[in-house]
Amino acid sequence: MALYSEKVMDHFRNPRNVGVIENADGVGEVGNAKCGDIMKIYLKIDEDIITDVKFETFGCGSAIASSSMATELIKGKPLNEAKELTNKAVAEALDGLPDYKMHCSVLAEQAIIGAIEDYYGKHLEKRKEN
Amino acid sequence: MRIYADNAATTGMSVAAMEAMMPYLCQYYGNPSSLYAAGQKAREAVETARENIARCIGSAPREIIFTSGGSESDNQAILSAADVGKAAGKRHIVSDNIEHHAVLHTLEKLKKEGFEVTLVPVRENGIVSVKDIEAALRDDTCLVTVMYANNEIGTIQPVREIGDICRMRGIIFHTDAVQAVGHIPVNVNVDNIDMMSASAHKFHGPKGVGFLYAKKGLRLSNLIEGGAQEFGRRAGTENVAGIVAMSVALEEAVRRMCENTEKLLPLRDRLIEGLSKISHSALNGDRNIRLPANVNFCFEGIEGESLLLLLDDKGICASSGSACTSGSLDPSHVLLAIGRVHDVAHGSLRLTLGEDADAEQVDYIVKSVKEVVERLRCFSPVWRDLVSGKAKFIL
Repeated sequence: MALYSEKVMDHFRNPRNVGVIENADGVGEVGNAKCGDIMKIYLKIDEDIITDVKFETFGCGSAIASSSMATELIKGKPLNEAKELTNKAVAEALDGLPDYKMHCSVLAEQAIIGAIEDYYGKHLEKRKEN
Repeated sequence: MRIYADNAATTGMSVAAMEAMMPYLCQYYGNPSSLYAAGQKAREAVETARENIARCIGSAPREIIFTSGGSESDNQAILSAADVGKAAGKRHIVSDNIEHHAVLHTLEKLKKEGFEVTLVPVRENGIVSVKDIEAALRDDTCLVTVMYANNEIGTIQPVREIGDICRMRGIIFHTDAVQAVGHIPVNVNVDNIDMMSASAHKFHGPKGVGFLYAKKGLRLSNLIEGGAQEFGRRAGTENVAGIVAMSVALEEAVRRMCENTEKLLPLRDRLIEGLSKISHSALNGDRNIRLPANVNFCFEGIEGESLLLLLDDKGICASSGSACTSGSLDPSHVLLAIGRVHDVAHGSLRLTLGEDADAEQVDYIVKSVKEVVERLRCFSPVWRDLVSGKAKFIL
């Protein structure tokens, strides 16, 4: 039996939405290099819709696959829907993760929430300025 | 191309060893403890194997006991020395901080039983200093256990000198020689070794069999109680076929050692040269005082498990000391011990060549590792921070 599902390996080998968005509307970063996992998610948001999303990940196969899948799941979605994305949904979409790798999907969930909160924070500031 | 470059994890069985063991599985399957001819045939095979193995390491046959492998041998050696020490009121043990877990966890267990353990830190090159070991010795030290060669970074320890000091001080000296036996010259007399652990599958023998050398007169405590096998020091019907195969594999490894080393050294060095050209990388462990087939690198900005998976896609089997591959939150204790910080230790790669390796394979490995490292760095936020100057390069 393989360590990872075919889906995990597909997203690991051919990660979707890899890269950086310059002047992103929201950026979320979780994890630290000491523990061996860092995930960074960039969002482009237009009228509360995620029009573009990119990620960068330092980590194991399941961390890279989780980031890739999570970005796919929120791309084009309204913020209130993206906010509800759970780690379980990410893991299920990947046809499961080994138990000791579930934290990778948690990182993906947290990175997205972080990016959305970052957007709200920036947005509020802008509104105050105006 | 398929390249098995994880020979420190395990090796493929020698054909000669496999052929030698076959008759003892279904033809001469008698129990060596039985009196009839079929049993005695098995007994003879076990004792011949014992003689052959003893000859390979410079011991007497009676000083070899067969076990299930390296971990069992380590456990029995250390626990036995502890029992000897306890009886003499000595409860201090000296070791180092890059030992295999079979040694470290056994020492942890003894700590709970009231033993004091001093783990001497190795130097940055992954080699323990004889002086540091000497300085750690006390009047109540009952055991020094230092591995012959490290399983991750391949560094060879000054076993002979440490053994010499122990002998002068009357302290039992054990060495975990699992990575050394069959690969570099090991002689328990020349190297002043009192106890030594070895495992067959590291030198092209089968898995699940190994041996413990214990110098004559040394009292061994049993881990397994039962019948009187192995001079009453390890109960259980002998793994006859495994023992026979181990002895054939070891004889073959020892016979070919010079030839293998001559072949492997330039390949190892070619691999080290090639991988050194990858930017912000570093070799782990001493450049020269290392096993002839071991190469271990850290690459900054990437994580080891993803590196291994992509190398697997390219047909290369290797291993890493990253947390994800060790099944714990921390990266390899060996890499941390030689001063690699966590971030860097996660990006480690161990390649241990087989005797069938050639220059073409080595060049393919270098090319593949380079491609994979570059690819992973492309979307690593750690790498981005390093390149943009937000964080400082360590390597």
